[in-house]
Amino acid sequence: MINKQEILLIGLNHKTAPVEIRECIGFAGDESNQALHDLHALEAVHEVLLVSTCNRVEVLATTPAKDEAARQIVTFLSEMNNIPVADFEDKLYQHVGDDAVRHMFRVAASLDSMVVGEPQILGQIKEAYRTAATKRTSGVILNRLLHKTFLVAKRIRTETGIGDHAVSISYAAIELARKIFGDLEGRKVLLIGAGEMAELAVEHLIRNRADEILVANRTFERGVELARRFNGRAIRFEEIADGLEVVDIVISSTGAKDYVIRRDLARGAMRRRRNRPLFFIDIAVPRDIDPGINRLNNIYVYDIDDLKGVIEENIEDRQRAALKGERLVDEAVIRFRQWYQSLDVVPTIVGLRRKFEQVIRTEVARTCPGGMTQGVAEDALDKMVNALVNKILHDPTTILKREEGHGNKAQLLAATRKLFKLDENDSF
Amino acid sequence: MNIGILGTLGLYSLSTAAYIAFFFMQKKAMYRYGVWLLSAGLVVHTLSIGTQTFTTGHFPVNTLRDTLSFAAWAVAGVFLLFHYRYRIKVMGIFAAPLSTAIMAVVATMPATAMAAKPILKSLWLVSHVTFIFIGEAGLALACGLGVLYLTQEKAIKSKKPGFFFRRLPSLDQLDTAGYGCILGGFIMMTLGLILGVVYAKTIWGRFWSWDPKEVWSGISWLLYAAMIHMRLSVGWRGQRSAIMAIVGFATVLFTFLGVNLFLSGHHGEFTRW
Repeated sequence: MINKQEILLIGLNHKTAPVEIRECIGFAGDESNQALHDLHALEAVHEVLLVSTCNRVEVLATTPAKDEAARQIVTFLSEMNNIPVADFEDKLYQHVGDDAVRHMFRVAASLDSMVVGEPQILGQIKEAYRTAATKRTSGVILNRLLHKTFLVAKRIRTETGIGDHAVSISYAAIELARKIFGDLEGRKVLLIGAGEMAELAVEHLIRNRADEILVANRTFERGVELARRFNGRAIRFEEIADGLEVVDIVISSTGAKDYVIRRDLARGAMRRRRNRPLFFIDIAVPRDIDPGINRLNNIYVYDIDDLKGVIEENIEDRQRAALKGERLVDEAVIRFRQWYQSLDVVPTIVGLRRKFEQVIRTEVARTCPGGMTQGVAEDALDKMVNALVNKILHDPTTILKREEGHGNKAQLLAATRKLFKLDENDSF
Repeated sequence: MNIGILGTLGLYSLSTAAYIAFFFMQKKAMYRYGVWLLSAGLVVHTLSIGTQTFTTGHFPVNTLRDTLSFAAWAVAGVFLLFHYRYRIKVMGIFAAPLSTAIMAVVATMPATAMAAKPILKSLWLVSHVTFIFIGEAGLALACGLGVLYLTQEKAIKSKKPGFFFRRLPSLDQLDTAGYGCILGGFIMMTLGLILGVVYAKTIWGRFWSWDPKEVWSGISWLLYAAMIHMRLSVGWRGQRSAIMAIVGFATVLFTFLGVNLFLSGHHGEFTRW
């Protein structure tokens, strides 16, 4: 088994390296294209893929000499980023074979993410793969590995529901709004005050096609500024009572020491809006919205602690889903290993021989339904079958067994297996 | 024991099982099985009622057993229509068990042969009964939606979204669908009552005779009329509307069963067993 390619993964992530190191090692845009090109040029590296996000850098490669390849990759990372090897070497992890495959599956399925189940990482890996595929730095093994990676990730997402429920405050608020209003399209929103989390929630609402955004701020100029950002309309702080009449969702985040909206105000607004439901999201501490309002009919008030309570529950659910996800990953790793091991000369030749023999025997049986006993002896038939198989497969066997430089063997084997359909259950 | 009734009961039960499985497992395939099984049950049920009409020569609504069977038919049929209009998947766990439960009661009742009365051959009467039952089936769905609404609202108000929060649709959907059912049910019930009143005039010579069933039908009708009026005029929606849908249906149920069991009147003879 000379020249057999091994799968090697070297990387670091948010668990192993602090942000200062990740900033140094990361690649962005054109830089990552160049890095990919250079990695592919390394002598010991055959196929390669580079994933670089703000939380992780992963170099996935196939190599005939894993130790040499690992050394070259680490050196490359150090030179490319102008950082001494000693500074980050202990932050790196290195996986070979099954472990590398498992790591890849786990990362793509977001089991290894900072926020388990977050959907972005899969897109980032797909992007990385697209780059590798167009630059032809990935080959037979990585193509298959990535293809399976995407399948596993998708399967985990649909079967465990790992990304189903919000684990961030602003998303949790949107999820609640959806359970109150159904479609958020055309709903009107009032933002009182300002603040990162509140603005994020407004952005989510806009993405969910909320209609008009009203902004009320103690300093009107600041309100106008915010309103322009959201393509909305600024109203004066004193106009909030009128605003409550037309909007459906109120997001409040002011620095006020006292309630901004009291029960009486809400009750009056409710009468004028003829009981159409109203949803208050109170992100401020101390609170802006009188919690007693929640007891009024068709009004729902969630403050920051309520939202935290909701996402805590969802986080627990994700952890349960992640356990199930790990099991699916294990299954997929085993199946990938089976394919990978078959990607060797001997099993391929055995498979070919078996297939041809079977075809010949079937056809013989069909031509002489009574068997060959009346005329030709049974062992003579066996001899003929063997001879046929040997003659037909002589050249393919010689070529498959020949020493090939730099891993073209894997490609040849994969093509052979595909042409003759040697992998029976080739899908999951 | 009637094969048609048993077949119907079997298919309705399987459909119920599928809907319940869907509710817990949230697998879409389960929901589809539920719809197909219920549809198949409805076909068998329709054939069974049709056969009975054909062989006895009159529309089978003269015993409690037959009336209940027809009620189950109306619930299943109206639900399937509802499902195409509103696509609230979880409603299956209300409608399918309801039809199944009614059919289970029907299956335990002995089939008593009643002499066919000429009154039952009238098209007026058949339409009167049909409209009323379809209307009541709509109101039954509205009641179910009301229960779902209150459950979902409680989950949201209590700040503890969990099992139900995830499985039930939005309050807005439940409220809109509930109102749709009430409106549709109310219209059908109104038509049915008008037909009944006119028919009473033709056979008894008067429109209204203060029979308990008539009185209670009137009360139910007024209740729903008030409900719709309040919604349109001052916006009685959401929780209040959900509670009213449940109260309204309780009244309807009493009109249908209670009046026959506890009070007497000229409708009594149609539900004797």
